[in-house]
Amino acid sequence: MPSGTSAKTMLDKIWDDHVVHAEPGKQTLLYIDLHLVHEVTSPQAFEGLRLSGRKVRRPERTVATVDHNVPTTDRGLPIVDDIARRQIETLERNCREFGIRFFGLDDPNQGIVHVIGPELGLTQPGMTIVCGDSHTATHGALGALAFGIGTSEVEHVLATQTLLQYKPRSLRIHVEGRLQPGVGAKDLILYIIGQVTPSGGVGYCIEYTGPAIRALGMEERMTVCNMSIEAGARAGMIAPDQKTFDYLRGRPFAPKDFDAAVARWEKFPSDPDAQFDRTLEFSADDVEPQVTWGTNLGQVVSVTGRVPDPAELSDPDDRQAAVRALDYMGLQPGTAITDIRIDRVFIGSCTNGRIEDLRRAAEVVRGYRVAKGVAAMVVPGSVAVKRQAEAEGLDKVFLQAGFEWRHPGCSMCLAMNPDRLEPGQRCAATTNRNFEGRQGRGGRTHLVSPAMAAAAAVAGHFVDVRQWKYK
Amino acid sequence: MRPLVTHTGVVFPLDRANVDTDQIIPKQFLKRIERTGFGQFLFYDWRYLPDGSENPDFELNHRPYRGASILLARRNFGCGSSREHAPWALEQFGFRVLIAPSFADIFYNNCFKNGMLPIRLDEATVEELFRRCRAHIGYQLMVDLQQCSISDDYGLRLTFEVDQFRRHCLLSGLDDVALTLQHEQLIEAYERQHGII
Ligand code: SF4
Repeated sequence: MPSGTSAKTMLDKIWDDHVVHAEPGKQTLLYIDLHLVHEVTSPQAFEGLRLSGRKVRRPERTVATVDHNVPTTDRGLPIVDDIARRQIETLERNCREFGIRFFGLDDPNQGIVHVIGPELGLTQPGMTIVCGDSHTATHGALGALAFGIGTSEVEHVLATQTLLQYKPRSLRIHVEGRLQPGVGAKDLILYIIGQVTPSGGVGYCIEYTGPAIRALGMEERMTVCNMSIEAGARAGMIAPDQKTFDYLRGRPFAPKDFDAAVARWEKFPSDPDAQFDRTLEFSADDVEPQVTWGTNLGQVVSVTGRVPDPAELSDPDDRQAAVRALDYMGLQPGTAITDIRIDRVFIGSCTNGRIEDLRRAAEVVRGYRVAKGVAAMVVPGSVAVKRQAEAEGLDKVFLQAGFEWRHPGCSMCLAMNPDRLEPGQRCAATTNRNFEGRQGRGGRTHLVSPAMAAAAAVAGHFVDVRQWKYK
Repeated sequence: MRPLVTHTGVVFPLDRANVDTDQIIPKQFLKRIERTGFGQFLFYDWRYLPDGSENPDFELNHRPYRGASILLARRNFGCGSSREHAPWALEQFGFRVLIAPSFADIFYNNCFKNGMLPIRLDEATVEELFRRCRAHIGYQLMVDLQQCSISDDYGLRLTFEVDQFRRHCLLSGLDDVALTLQHEQLIEAYERQHGII
């Protein structure tokens, strides 16, 4: 067992640091440093607390915001969807009742929970972080152990500030080389998931290592860790380094004695001779811009490729899934990816709704117009991202090109609010799931990077952004 | 939580891999703030046509399966989001036991917390169960969590593995929070030691 030897992985170190109680053969009781809460997966948990007469054990370690359901149009107007409004109001009431910090719709800190955690400096290396949301792995980009939990577990954490967990096995994904210009973190992680398959990471915590990972900026690292769940892994992490510390310094919730914190954080990276349960190696040099063609994350090809022919797939489950996916997606085998025309473009989400994502998309769009017949929108990941983008004039770039510029939220990533695809509409999205109906019943989602989505908006079909003529 | 000791029921064969939580319960039903009433929305986009009428092609709408309580599926069942609404919908529809070669982690965990037993069986055994479902209309299985065994009326008998702690909780219907609060002193000791309080 890796944890039996003296050399430890980052997972071992963070895990060992948080053990409250362990008995052989049972789940470990693990202390949770930070609990993030949003409106969709929490109401039943608070209800459970009330029914059992329990309190929130550490309200100061709990932070709540609204993101999944919120309207992205004018914030001054009342929310027309009664049920969504009830859910948002319920969270606000619950936070007040239980003494939890709440970033509501009119708060400058509001945003998608996985965008605001790092942005506010709430997320820190060495922490255990949970949230009733599967993309919680995002926070692992700063060297934390962060994972999604269900509503019963949300209640458990609220009541006890701990969680019963089995330790995941460790999977090291090592990436050599360097990404080519025009190829981003999103392409890298889509490529990796395509190789690992959507179930390949089940039971594992992934640590991403290697020069290609070290070369990524902090926000790109978040994009990579964010999608760990799409390979089946609950957590993904990257060792903290100087970039991490520089990123955190000066953030509102960063530790007061920052240098002392850095000294503590420096011990978290895996020891050089630490053993992982499994290691997979990739080369970043091989990665081209990626486009998903189907309805699971394994169904992905390079933009230079073609929609595959199910008959050529050897695994019967994969073949059957491909047949279903092509039918749902309205695609013919052998179609060149660059011949696929789109109706909608969505730039945003906890995967790609940060400032660097918007900068990259704006660079592509600058001086162009959205193709005729295409409806494109940008939904910043948080109020802070939106303000920053506006300070840099990115909103103008998008608006002049014919994009819509919205208020922050999850929006068309999961289409719980009015932003959604109509049946049969085809969308280039910077989000993380291409499941059937994810962006609206009958909607067809192709997952791509922000640059690829922006280029598709202008061209009206997918294009290889490496060949883009920037204006 | 409802305990589960033994269970006998009709098997609903869902011959698909990677069934995700968006399919189990589409997001438009996640806006509810209650914990009940999700059963009617299970597999909504498959069970109902866009006009709201039942989809005659979806097997769960076929006669023998309407009262099914055991679900048989292919690998990676329950992948996708952490929404516990997915196990709520399955349980409230009437499912108590789920069988597949593998389950997504969060979903697997969530099942136990809602009185459902997810059972992992190897691909070949799952294939055999699908075959038996096709061969016998209204095919039933008997599941015994005490013995960790599964049997049918046609001579099948097999055992499965399940974590002892989860099994114990499910057998006796124990609530996790109450269990953890037995360790409250340890939690407090941890908090003192780490300068949290
Ligand atoms: S942006 Fe999408 S994936 Fe991220 S938290 Fe919101 S709904 Fe979930």
